[in-house]
Amino acid sequence: MEDLKLHGFWYSPFTMRVVWTLKLKGLSYENIEEDRFNKSPQLLEYNPVHKKTPVLVHGGKPICESMIIVQYIDELWPQNPLVPHDSYERAQARFWVAYSEQMVPALPALIQSTSAEEKEKAVQKAWENFKVLEDHCLADKRKFFGGDKINIVDIAIGSFFVFFVTIEDLKQVKILVAEKFPLLHLWFDNFKNAPVIKENFPDREKMLATMKAVLERRLASS
Amino acid sequence: MSYMIVKDEKGIIEVKWQIWRKTMERREDVKLFNFHASPFGQRVIWALKLKGVDYECIEEDIFNKSNLLLELNPVHKKVPVLVHCNKPIAESLVILEYIDETWKQYPLMPQNPYQRAHARFWANFAEHKLLDAAWMAMRSSGEEQEKAVNEAREAVEKIEEEIKGKRFFGRDNIGFLDIAIGWISYWIPVWEEVGSMKILDPLKFPAINAWITNFLSHPTINDTLPQRDNMIVYYHSRRKEVSPF
Repeated sequence: MEDLKLHGFWYSPFTMRVVWTLKLKGLSYENIEEDRFNKSPQLLEYNPVHKKTPVLVHGGKPICESMIIVQYIDELWPQNPLVPHDSYERAQARFWVAYSEQMVPALPALIQSTSAEEKEKAVQKAWENFKVLEDHCLADKRKFFGGDKINIVDIAIGSFFVFFVTIEDLKQVKILVAEKFPLLHLWFDNFKNAPVIKENFPDREKMLATMKAVLERRLASS
Repeated sequence: MSYMIVKDEKGIIEVKWQIWRKTMERREDVKLFNFHASPFGQRVIWALKLKGVDYECIEEDIFNKSNLLLELNPVHKKVPVLVHCNKPIAESLVILEYIDETWKQYPLMPQNPYQRAHARFWANFAEHKLLDAAWMAMRSSGEEQEKAVNEAREAVEKIEEEIKGKRFFGRDNIGFLDIAIGWISYWIPVWEEVGSMKILDPLKFPAINAWITNFLSHPTINDTLPQRDNMIVYYHSRRKEVSPF
């Protein structure tokens, strides 16, 4: 046993990244499902700075921030490497992981949009990011961002696309439009059907129901 | 440079080999596209200098960016960009790790993966929680400025805990985290003057102020800093600008 504990929310893209990484590496861990509206004292102790999930606790020592956790796991368990071996390719992968952070604001903007105008504006904003990925990251038509195998970029960006497609159901709006973003659309198809990812892909109906519930609760408390 | 093969004098062959190798290292073709007042570019300069890596610095006018820069960094169109053997790398923290992995002398990142994760966490924290707030504090006024100053101070308070009892974030020597957040030592005091506000209160944050003194007194760190007067003038002119760099 590796003495690994993961504090997270199953539906959070950030937690998903860590789960996928652990599964891709074949690592067993204890999953501690947190309640975002009632976080455990342990979580607050492990991540006093941000008070957020995910937190990986390895041998009692906490590691925070999803992509930092992913790189930590990859450095300690080299099987099925997720970070490119070549230093230049590694820098490119880290560049795109850093870019993925720019996609974060698009998610609440979409989720919280109410009017048709707000929805349209939020979709356009997301499309700006999609265009960058389509034109610059997937330009050479690879199966995954990592080429033939999944790498940290697929994990970072894949987690957000789970959300984008859930929002399509939630808000009845098309976001990952195949005609506009053919490479991205194909990539996501490859990603969600890849071994390990497929078995650990959140259930679509469950995601939709949970997001609706979280949204309602947030509206009720505001 | 002539390369004489002297068959029976092994020492001379060895010396010629060393000279050739050094020449090739210098010809490694490292270019840095930068803007002199950029805190992000400064990180890269510090890392290259600490490692003794020769490079050519190309000063960009960020208000009139060259076509070459836009080609090298089409996604963000920003400095700094490191070009090594004609291959561009953008995003200063990514560049730092690339430099550290490519040139092994004067290692910046800790060896231990947990400590590496720790260093990355704090670099990320300062980038997201302090940088924007400090920048906003510099260019705003009134209530908006007060809010930004408070946010910046809250972030500094957390970093203060991290540096307590240490000479540098890298412990005895300057390391990745010192370089990653080194901008605090020089850019924040400039922004404080430009914005007529205070973030790095020495009474509230003695440990971080001590670190600033230690950090800036390192010759390599100090020798490469842009002129303060120029920085003050530049940031005064940017005070009303919307987006940095």
